[in-house]
Amino acid sequence: MVRPAAILTLVLLATAAAAGQPARTADGQADLQGVWINASVTSLERPADLAGKEFFSTAEEARAWEEKALKNLIAEGDEAFAESGTVAPTLRTSIIVAPADGRIPYSAEGRKRWDATPTVTRTNPTTGPEDRPLSERCIVWGEGPPLLPRRNNPYLRIAQAPGHVVILTEMIHHARIVPLDDRPHIDARIRQWVGDSRGRWDGDTLVVDTTNFSDKVAFRGSTDALHVVERFTRVDGNRLRYQFTIEDPGAFTQPWSGETYFERTDARMFEYACHEGNRSMELILTGGQAEQATLRRRKLSRIGIAGGAVLALAALGYAVRRRRSAAAEKIS
Amino acid sequence: MCDSFWSRFLGSRFPAAAVFPAAAVLAAGLWLAAAPIAGQNRAYQTPRTPAGEPDLNGIWQAVNTANYDLEPHAARPAMAVRNGPAGPVPAASVVALGAVGAVPAGLGVVQGGGIPYQPWAAARKAENAKDWLTRDPEIKCYLPGVPRATYMPYPFQIVQSGDVILIAYEYASATRTIYMNDTSESPIDSWMGHSTGRWDGDTLVVESSGFNDQTWFDRAGNFHSEALRVVERFTRTSADALWYEATIEDAKVFTRPWTIAMPIYRRLDKDMQLLEFKCVEFVEELMYGHLRASAN
Repeated sequence: MVRPAAILTLVLLATAAAAGQPARTADGQADLQGVWINASVTSLERPADLAGKEFFSTAEEARAWEEKALKNLIAEGDEAFAESGTVAPTLRTSIIVAPADGRIPYSAEGRKRWDATPTVTRTNPTTGPEDRPLSERCIVWGEGPPLLPRRNNPYLRIAQAPGHVVILTEMIHHARIVPLDDRPHIDARIRQWVGDSRGRWDGDTLVVDTTNFSDKVAFRGSTDALHVVERFTRVDGNRLRYQFTIEDPGAFTQPWSGETYFERTDARMFEYACHEGNRSMELILTGGQAEQATLRRRKLSRIGIAGGAVLALAALGYAVRRRRSAAAEKIS
Repeated sequence: MCDSFWSRFLGSRFPAAAVFPAAAVLAAGLWLAAAPIAGQNRAYQTPRTPAGEPDLNGIWQAVNTANYDLEPHAARPAMAVRNGPAGPVPAASVVALGAVGAVPAGLGVVQGGGIPYQPWAAARKAENAKDWLTRDPEIKCYLPGVPRATYMPYPFQIVQSGDVILIAYEYASATRTIYMNDTSESPIDSWMGHSTGRWDGDTLVVESSGFNDQTWFDRAGNFHSEALRVVERFTRTSADALWYEATIEDAKVFTRPWTIAMPIYRRLDKDMQLLEFKCVEFVEELMYGHLRASAN
């Protein structure tokens, strides 16, 4: 049944579109609804070979960079998953926009925590699931905040109802529900993997403030003082500008900010049943056990060799003493 | 004389003699339409969203023991039991839980008798119940499937957003996207299935299929195959309650479709919100504890 309110909405939407205004939901929020692709060829931190270069000089240079990045991705064997995205229309060379060097301003403590955090590219010994990255454990995998661009399954859906915005990420099927009223954050004793989000509209920009993170998140070495502010702005029918600022005096010497763009898609999201299909964990842990057993054997054999050497020396010493005393007896 | 009242009200086009029977029929029709059916208060005027849909937005939770057992059941010492000297006692692995591990009774939510299993499936259900500790997917923090997600002891939130309705469940961060006015079939099997929705008056009707055969309906071992189809009906019956029905069809497991029904209540807690229940971390010891290595 078509209701008068729905007709009114359609009329308003049509009017807004004609006037170049952002589309609005029935309750008047800027309309961010739909499925978005959060992929980018641009890395979070500015690569060393682009140091000092905040922007690509020309669109051609950016295209060349995209091609190179895609080739690298395929070379890494990730072609099937490669959703590399493009360089942002701003031609920025890093997601990080502040500080100006495009690098994370780790404090010594933050750097230490980050270096000790398991990641897929770090080969730390594995004695239990806790030694593996959160993604391999299927606990969290890019739900954010912040919503960093992804190379695989970079899809998210924004849903809006009166009083709430929902950010549903395909990885790992998490719906971050953001209340838009002025209620305070939950009690500081409650700590969560994705924190606790509160939203408000700054004009047509959705501003989301998130605290109450668990220190186990260890986002680039973050502590439980991590504070993330995100800004979602629909710049046109097909693009959404996503900005974020990270604060955590326990890990960074200053706040740092980033910016990227989501692209609208008509594609659908699917269920990423990560834990349910996680056959890898058993194999990884079995491998970890084998590794520890090998290390133990090596240690034992080292002890054996050392022990043997000590015994041999002792025997040699004894023999030498015997010979000397025998010689002394002869002389006497 | 009432003649003058009706004449004033309707004008002189309708003679009172014709108006009276018509009014009586109309009144009877309204009364019938308003009569409560199966716990539903049809007289309730469902509020509308700004977009003009019946408003189901909010945080809801079932308050019953359907997740223990959909069928009528008395309280019992534990989900996992062994034979004691005078009847069942909790199995060794759960005995330490005491009263906390006991099963609360329930009137049952299956409409019109028991669950109509085919003979082989009834045997399988009994095995499931016996091996509950190793078989129930909830114990491993697996996605709950449909309709189980609805009546697990955790809140869920309905978010009506244009051409989709999202349902976010606190348990395991399970989610469903219900595509409105869309009759597409699932392109692939999944734990939470593929759902399409439509409005039948003020009732949200959700048809789901494309399930795998890994989820259960409760802790009592009630199960289904990948042929499962579920038709759910969500109807507001008051400011703070929904009437929920789910019809379950699975020709590989049951002899006929069957229906469960229950009220679902709004969580009225101040500043209520879903919190995290990411239980994967909580089951790592259960699932992987035996694979821990001692560090050198």
